[in-house]
Formats: sequence, structure tokens, C-alpha cells
Amino acid sequence: MRGQTAIIGYGELPTKRIYPGRTMNGLLADAAREAMIDAHIQKEDIDGLVVEGGSIYPTAVSEYMGMAPNFITGVSTMGASGATGVAVAAMAVYSGLAETVLVTLAGPRESGDPWGSAPTPGMRTEFENPYGPAIAANTGYALMYSRHMHEYGTTQEQLANIAVNQRFNALENPNAVFQGQPIEIKDVIDSRYINYPIRLLESVMPCAGAFACIVTSAERAKSFPNKPVYILGAGIASDPLTTWQRDRLTVSAVTRSAPIAFKMSGYGPKDIEFAEFYDCYTILEAVCLEDSGLVPKGEIGPFFAETDTTYKGSFPINTDGGQLSGGQPMDAGGFRHVIEATRQIMGRGGKRQVERNDLCLVNG
Amino acid sequence: MENMYTKPLPIPGGIFGTTTREFTRPFWEATKKHELIIPRCKSHGGLFFYPRELCPVCLSSDLEWVKVSGNGRVYAFTIVYQPNDPLFVEDVPYVYAVIQLDEGVRIISNVIGIDPADVKIDMIVEAVFEDITDDWTLVKFKPK
Repeated sequence: MRGQTAIIGYGELPTKRIYPGRTMNGLLADAAREAMIDAHIQKEDIDGLVVEGGSIYPTAVSEYMGMAPNFITGVSTMGASGATGVAVAAMAVYSGLAETVLVTLAGPRESGDPWGSAPTPGMRTEFENPYGPAIAANTGYALMYSRHMHEYGTTQEQLANIAVNQRFNALENPNAVFQGQPIEIKDVIDSRYINYPIRLLESVMPCAGAFACIVTSAERAKSFPNKPVYILGAGIASDPLTTWQRDRLTVSAVTRSAPIAFKMSGYGPKDIEFAEFYDCYTILEAVCLEDSGLVPKGEIGPFFAETDTTYKGSFPINTDGGQLSGGQPMDAGGFRHVIEATRQIMGRGGKRQVERNDLCLVNG
Repeated sequence: MENMYTKPLPIPGGIFGTTTREFTRPFWEATKKHELIIPRCKSHGGLFFYPRELCPVCLSSDLEWVKVSGNGRVYAFTIVYQPNDPLFVEDVPYVYAVIQLDEGVRIISNVIGIDPADVKIDMIVEAVFEDITDDWTLVKFKPK
């Protein structure tokens, strides 16, 4: 599949705290329309559709948008659904199931309430909830954080650099929810605990927004006006949904997905020029960067203490501010990493454009 | 007593979840007797948790409940300041932890009887049983 498919256009709605009165369908269709305009393609010339499949039926989306795609599916890898969706779209194009696939995801939100995790009856309601887990997804990542500190001596001061550097990047991103609000290490360390060791500024803001992109064959991509962004390799791997069910809390499925992607691409970690990595919490980004091979295992703390990861730095990471500063529109959140990588490779980063922009590693 | 406890009781998942009331009844009957029992796969001999209808290692359905010591150590923990369920706000900050039992299996619980700031990973703990209602007893852990 190496280099056989490419992204030819993308759409992004500004991430906001809320989009009052707006539906998931409406938001993702908005982003899709932007992507079609950007790619200079008509709806009728798109024959594949990939959406997030855990909270909406794919055929409900195609119906809403008046599309009759041949290839249609939903991916339900939660926050990773955007990146997974692009990989699935590339597979569909490469295997001939479709010629041109739209991937579009949205996170709606209209009230100011924080998210609670839904009390779906199951293991959680029987063996976790009686003990009072922390709000939303915080618990599992705090457990991971506590183990990483214990096993590798990682400190909060070190990982605070993730939040600070990404906020710096977000200052040049008009679509970011925290645009115009710079922070320093002290602000992160002084922010309140949601649950130890996770502080407020190390966790994402629940937001609303949408992202979309269009994937077609490398051959067909040449007939469209935008610089094609070639998909050189991809890997998909999974962990137990419940963090504490993993054998090791400090090791993620990226240890398995990254080698597949690298092998397919013909490149290695040392070739990568910038990275866009899933960052619902500083600790998850930290663990995934290690597991990808970009940073040796256990050395992420010193790495962030010593490396300028802003768009101006020696190794830029999450150049749009990531989810930590850009905002997390529910399960669409991780799609921003694909879209920002595409934008940077197309050379449209504006003030936050990275200098070396040929090869990016994206983790959804 | 039943009416005083307002926090969530253990609610089995039902047929679209992981367990039914019938399936995990032995576990909660044991905690009422202040005993901790864990599912064991008779096929490969290993313990696992949470309870499932099949062994997650070898997919065997040949299972049994075995009593464990209740001794273990803190494998990972968080101190909760903002609980998911507002009913726990009155308890913050409290410790929500993964306990690794001496028998090797891990379980979620609270570490109690200690200032949360003093909890450390690898701290030795033992099971204590809290009769929260006439019908339900939770297993928690305190430093040994």
C-alpha cells in the first residue's frame, strides 16, 4: 500500500466549547463540504464513506448527506477513529472497493456540562463504579501516569512541557479553543488536580467540532489541484478498553502499530521530521511517543525537558496545539492529528508552518 | 442501613454487558461472608479478573471460584478530586487503586485507612470488608 493512496483535501470546523443546536450529522457534513471544496471534487465523484461507527450508523450519515456510496463503513476505535478511518479508506482504495473515499467525523456538544462516562451496565458498573472512579476518562490515564512515574522516574515538571509547548503552537491556530491564552510550566503545576497525578492543564477540554478528508489513489490524486499527501504506511493495533486490564500500564498498542507502519513505509523513527500524536492527556502522548520508537522507552521525561517541540523547534510535535490546546470534539478529537499533518505537508501551516515538512508520523 | 447508603451498588451488566446477576452472585455472597473469591480457569490453572463466562487466556468455560488471601500490593493508584459520580464528592480526596493480589491477579478498589498523600506504589495491603447495606459488602484494602 506504500504511497499508493493520498489525501487530496481536508475540512475542519473551528473547535469550540459548544455548537448550540448543531447535530453530529450537520457538523460532519459541514466538514465534508469543506473537504470537497478544498479538493475540488463533487459529491457525486465520491464513492466511499468512512465515519465513526460507535455512536452513529454509517448509512444514517450517507442518507443525511444524500450520498449513495459503494464502500461504506464505520470505525469505532473511539478517539483513534479518525486515523483508523483514514487507514481504512486507504485500504479500500488500494484494494479497489472504492476510488475516492470521504472520511468525516464530528463531536457535537451543546451544554457546558463535563462529560461523565455513561453508566453502561457491565464490568464498570459492577466492579469499578462502587469505588468511585474519577470523571470521564481520567482514571485509566492517572493509573498509567502513576506507574510511569514509579517505573521511570518521570516527573510532572517534565511532562508539563507537553502542555506548554502545544499551547505555544495553538497561539497560531485560529481553530484552537485555547487560541490567545499562553501558559507557562508554573500554570500547569499550579492547576488543580482532577485526579492525582493528572492536573487540569494536562487533560483535554471537552469540545465540539468536526474534521474531514478525502482519500483517493496516488494516480488519481495527480489530477486534483492540491499537493497530494501520500499515505506511506499505516498500522492498527489495539489494547484492552480498560487500562488496568493491560499487562503493563506503561506500554501501549503503539509498540505494535508503529513497526507495521514503519515497515510498510520503508522509513524508520530517525527519518521522521515532525509528529502529530494523540494527546487526550500528557501521559498518553508521552507513552505513545516512546512506544513509536521516536523516543527510547522511559526517556520521555528528559526528552521533553530538553527538546523544543514547538513548531519552531528541533522536533515539532502537535503543531496545531493538539487536543490539549486545540480541544477534543469527542471521538473526532484524534482526527485533528491527521488533518494537521496534511496541512503541514501541503505547506499551509501559516505562521506555525514547520520547516521540514516531508515526513510526519501520526498517531491517532 | 439499606436506606443510608446512597452510593452506587455493584450492578451486573446483564446480557449486553459482561456478567449477569446469576453469574457473579458467588462473588458478592463471598464478600458478604468477608471472603474474597476470584475466578480460576481449571483448564490452564490461572486466575483472572473481572469475572467472565470464559477464561480470557485459553477461552475455556471450565471455571471455578477460588478463595484468595486478600493480601496484595498497590500496583497503580490515583487520588480522586473530581469523581465521575457526584455522590462521591463528599469523600474527596480518596484513593482509587489497582491492587495486585499475591495470587497475581489485579482488582480495582479503594485504599483506605491512610492519608491519600502517603499511598505509594508497591505498598503492602490487605483486604477489609465494608458492609455497605444488608445485602452488599464491598472489598477494600488498607495498609498491612
